[in-house]
Formats: sequence, C-alpha cells, structure tokens
Amino acid sequence: MRHIISVILENEAGALSRVAGLFTQRGFNIESLTVAITNDPSLSRMTIVSSGSDRVLEQIVKQLNKLIEVVKVSDLTSQDHVERELLLAKISSSSKEGANIKELVEIFGCKVVDVTDKVYTIEVSGKTKKINAFLDAFDPSSIIEISRTGVTGISRGKKLI
Amino acid sequence: MKLNGAEILIDCLQKEEVEYVFGYPGGAVLHIYDALEAQNKISHILVRHEQGAAHGADGYARSNGKPGVVLVTSGPGITNAVTGIATAHMDSIPMVVISGQVPSPLIGMDAFQEVDATGITRSCVKHNFLIRDISEIASTVKKAFHIATTGRPGPVVIDIPKDITIAKMEVEEYPATIEMRSYKPTVKASDRQIKKAAEMLANSKRPILYAGGGCIIGNASKELREFTRMVGFPITQTLMGLGTYPMTDKQSLGMLGMHGTYEANMAMHGSDCVVAIGSRFDDRITGNLEKFCPTAKFIHIDIDPSQISKNVVADIPIVGQTKQVLQALIDQMKDKKLEDISSWWAQIEEWRKVDSLAYKKSPGVIKPQTVIEMLYEVTKGKAIVTSDVGQHQMWAAQYYLFDEPRQWINSGGLGTMGFGLPAAMGAKLAMPDKDVACVTGDGSIQMMLQELSTMLQYSTPVKIINLNNGYLGMVRQWQEFFYEKRYAMSYMDALPDFVKLAESYGHMGIRVEKEEDLKPALIEAFNQKERTVFLDIVTDPSENVFPMIPAGGGHSDMLLAGRDEMVSKDETDFNAV
Repeated sequence: MRHIISVILENEAGALSRVAGLFTQRGFNIESLTVAITNDPSLSRMTIVSSGSDRVLEQIVKQLNKLIEVVKVSDLTSQDHVERELLLAKISSSSKEGANIKELVEIFGCKVVDVTDKVYTIEVSGKTKKINAFLDAFDPSSIIEISRTGVTGISRGKKLI
Repeated sequence: MKLNGAEILIDCLQKEEVEYVFGYPGGAVLHIYDALEAQNKISHILVRHEQGAAHGADGYARSNGKPGVVLVTSGPGITNAVTGIATAHMDSIPMVVISGQVPSPLIGMDAFQEVDATGITRSCVKHNFLIRDISEIASTVKKAFHIATTGRPGPVVIDIPKDITIAKMEVEEYPATIEMRSYKPTVKASDRQIKKAAEMLANSKRPILYAGGGCIIGNASKELREFTRMVGFPITQTLMGLGTYPMTDKQSLGMLGMHGTYEANMAMHGSDCVVAIGSRFDDRITGNLEKFCPTAKFIHIDIDPSQISKNVVADIPIVGQTKQVLQALIDQMKDKKLEDISSWWAQIEEWRKVDSLAYKKSPGVIKPQTVIEMLYEVTKGKAIVTSDVGQHQMWAAQYYLFDEPRQWINSGGLGTMGFGLPAAMGAKLAMPDKDVACVTGDGSIQMMLQELSTMLQYSTPVKIINLNNGYLGMVRQWQEFFYEKRYAMSYMDALPDFVKLAESYGHMGIRVEKEEDLKPALIEAFNQKERTVFLDIVTDPSENVFPMIPAGGGHSDMLLAGRDEMVSKDETDFNAV
C-alpha cells in the first residue's frame, strides 16, 4: 500500500543523505521524496512516498525515528490529510492536444506559465492521480519534457505533525 | 584563555574522563597528537593498524562498559578503521572515533589522503559528525559521547578537518549536560505492557527466557538473575549474552541457535511463551523463521523500538532498558501465583540427558573442545576470554562456562576475523588484574598479527590460544557438509612457525602437539603473569562444530555429533548463509 510519510528533521548537512541512505540500505522503496526548510529555519520537512506491507511501513517509521537528526515522523496516510504535487510540463503546440490546450487547461484547472511559438509550459497542481490524469490526456509524442516535485502533504485541521 | 582546536578536543576528552585513546598518527591529526603529547591524563596506545585501534577500543569498552576512544588520520586511517567501527556497530558497543580530515578548503578537491569519512561510515555508525567550525568542537564531543553511550549504544565518528585543529578561540566551559530535541532514547517502559507480560508469564506452562547482549550492555545481570531464580524458568543465552546468567547454574540451558545445545533449542521449539530480553531474533538464533517456535507467544524486551517485530512479531512488546524492565517484572510478579511447570522441567531434563556437547576423543590428536575445557579448568572459569571468528569461537562459547557478564568478548554480529587479539589487548588494559585469553585459529590470528608488537610496547600480557588445525575450519566444515567435500581455498598452506613468530615479537611461544603436554603448557602460560604467551596448539583438522542447525532448518532439525549424518538437504538451503 502507498504511504505518505512526513518527517521533521534538523536542517543540517548530511541529514538528507542519511534518510536516503537508510532507504537503500534496508531495501525500502521510495516513490518520491521532497524536502525543504520549515517556518523554523533550524528544521526541514521531508515528505516521502513509499509502499510496502504494514510491517515494512512499521519498520520504515521506526528506522526513521532512530536517525539521530529526526525529530518527528508521521504517517499521513493514516489520518485526514491534504496532499499535493506540482507538475511543470512542456507540450508541443503543434500537436493535436496543443491545439486544444486552452480547453484542457480549463478542465484541469491548471495554468499556462510560458508560451513560445512551439511550446506551451503548463503548471498543474493536485493529487498524484490528477497529475497522472492530466498527462494521460496527451498523446505521449506531444509531451516534450516534464518535471514533477513529488508529493508534499499536511494533516487537516488543528492536528499538527 | 585561547586554545587551538586540537587542545580543545583533548580537553574535552579529559572532561569525558577518557583513560585510553587507541590510535595511529598521520598528517591530518598531527596537531591533535601534538596536544595529546603535551598532557598526561590520557594514555595513547599506538597500534600497528587502524583496524586494531578500533578493535582495541572495542575490547576495552566491552570489558568495562566505558566508551572506547579511537583516533585516526584521514583517508586510509579512517578506511582501515571501518571494519572495527562496523564490528562495534553490529554489537551495540559504545565508541567514539575521531578522524582527521583534510583542511576545510581542500574538502571535495580530491586532496591527498582525502575520503568522505562521514559518507563512508554513515551506514555503520550510530551517528557521525563533520566539524565545520572550531566553536562546534566542544558541543560535538559532548553529543558524541552522549549518543554513543545512551539508549542502544553504538559508535559515533567525529571527522575534524586539520585547519580547525590549529585555529584558535577563547575556551568556553565544557557543557555538563546536553539536550537534543531530536534524540531522546526511550527509557521508561510502559506499566501496562509490564502488567500484561506478568500475566502472560504467570499463566504459561512451558516458558523460556532468552537473554541476549542487551542484558550485558544494559548491566542487567543482577536483575536477570533475581528474576530468573524467582520465577524458576529455564533460561538460554545468545552468543552475545553468555555470562549474563551463570552458565553453571541448573536453570541455564546454555547457548541457543545454530550451534546451541539440544536442550536450549528444543525448549525454544516446544515453548508456549518466549521472553526475549535484550536480544533481536538474529538469523543465527532463529534458523528458518517459518519453523521458529511454532507454539510460542513472544514477549520482547528491547531498548530499540526498531528491533521489535522486525524478524518475529511480538505479542507483548516492551520498549525499555533491560535493567529497569526486569526490576519492574520482579516487582510485578513477586506475589503472583505461577503455573506449575514441573512437567516442563522434566521434559527439559530429558533433552539435557542427550548431552549434545559430548564428543569423542581419538588417540594421538588433540580435540579442540578439550583445549577449551582445559582452559576453563586452568583459569578456574574466571578469565576474560576473547575470540576471533570461526569454529574456535563456537567451541569457546560452548565449552567455557561463563558465569559473569563481560567475561566473554567476541564479534557476534559482524563476525570479524582478526577481532580477538586487539580486543584482548583492550580488555587487558581495562581489566589489568584479570587473566585474559584470546581463543583464535590459524586463519583469524593472521588477520591482526601485527598487534603483537603493540602488546609488547604497552605490556598487555595476554594468553593466545591458537587452535591450529591448518584449515579455515568453519569454511571447511560447510564445504564438507554442503559442497561434497570440495575444499575450495579453506586449506592454509605455508603457515608460519608461530612460536618463532611470537618470539620475534618479544613474546613467549609454546607449541603443543600432544594432549599430555596441553595442561602443563596452559599452566606455564598463565603463570607468566607479565608476558604474552602464544600457545600454538595443533588440533584435529577434521573436527566439526556440533550440534548444528543446518541452514534453512528449524530448531528441531538440529544435527548431533555421532547421531546424524550431515547431508545437504536441498538447493534452497544454499540461499541461507
């Protein structure tokens, strides 16, 4: 099962490689990993999407907690949460879908952020499923290049990590 | 007062009451050595290879419980130490390793003797640091000792660039305590879990206690003994736990696992309630997990939450210090009425009668088991025994009946050949009044031989018991059983004359070829209080370690000497190691 794990860790050199190293060392899989500073500049927040059985997930959470620089770990999947991913995609304007780009942009509620004579650059944000659906709406040949951020997430309401 | 980084570092080590530093100098740590030379509180042990430094510090830490300290230079200095660091990591040994690094501006430039020390050691340390500024030295050293010695202990590496050791700053007070928001090792176990465990234990009909290294590291032997005697349950110990409960006691079933006793393994197999205390269900203990303890419920006590339900799902997990949890269980069970387990004991006594450690003597050859039995006799069971890795290690574990914790020192997790000799040196430094024996083999001893020179320089008299069978015995045993006696590279040709070798290092050497010479030689060796003695004992090259659970087998598949033929079962066995 797919899980979204939030990790609060010390904003120190080497902390990221410790987390990444842990996943390779123990054979855990990573679908995506994002990391950036938080409102407290001494802390970073990392969001990892991984998959595995409940037992594997239990180990992932425990092993993450064991890392000295990790302050908190939380499995967002088990709680009410919001998750988002950002996609930037270059679509060929001469393709079939390129001609209908305005329509697609409207349907997916996304934005055209750059235009040239040959290329539209589109920004899409939403759940991973929406991003996938957006990409599926195009013939692969019309997609020139994409860049995805991977998932970030946060719990809903008053509950904090 | 202004001090340079090296002086601050040494000052911090003094504040941590470091007695010995095991190390080897080199370019990146010369300022540190200069500061070390200028004081006399800390003694430095100049090893002959950095791996020996780490093993020496490790043996020191295992025998007295204090953190071992290592000082090595950048590049090959730290890479040589990695095997020793990984050894300590696998067995949860507190250790602080200080490695020099090239000057900060040269980091990343492929400078002379530069390696990414924190990168290389990341997966085999509890934590590591790269110091970036002289102002970080004191707090980093404080953190390093705190992390290395608390919770589940382990090695911590501090990598320190050369320019930082010569920079100067106004000295600040060394912090007395340290708070880390990201590191708070769990210590207090849940009362609810302890009550549940007490309930389950009181109602079990076939209980067994299974104690591991966590009882030794956690200094829980006193509580373990009190608890075990109070409840009257049988107890088995892992390779890492030997001595935490007296092996000569009638409740002790000896070691369990791949080369454990018949009674220990059969009792695990038949138990309805297994209590793991500071042990982690390692594959050498469980054998085939699918066949492991088919009728048991598990109570798992460990300070490290990640060990719980990693290999075996715990019915009642208890996260906490072994010492404190055992005390809580004693309090909880004091007035509890327990199930009558006399029929369980009767069954265990039947298994014990099998006498699984019996072996046949043959005329004209010395059996390795006899050597350990005689070592036990001559030292009255009181010596600290270190070992290398292989058959001799198993025989030492089986035939030397350890009655005290920290008496048996071996590389259980990583299985590092070469560990025994430097570890013995470290143990002798920590415990100068104890007899220290290093049980080794002709393969292992040659991996760290150079430390004989260190042992002369610092007068650490150790008795080396070399079970010389001319083979890499454990490899040979597996080849005999599982590879149709194709002995690929397990025969040691061209062995040195160990007696002359010991003598050339300034020690005493005795060769023993006949059983009747064995005891006098051992007595003579231990009478030489001030000298290291190398006993080169020629033992039966064809002897195998029994009992044995073949790879892929469960506890009840155990093979016994003289009873079972060892044959490889099927191809799937080869996937097990």
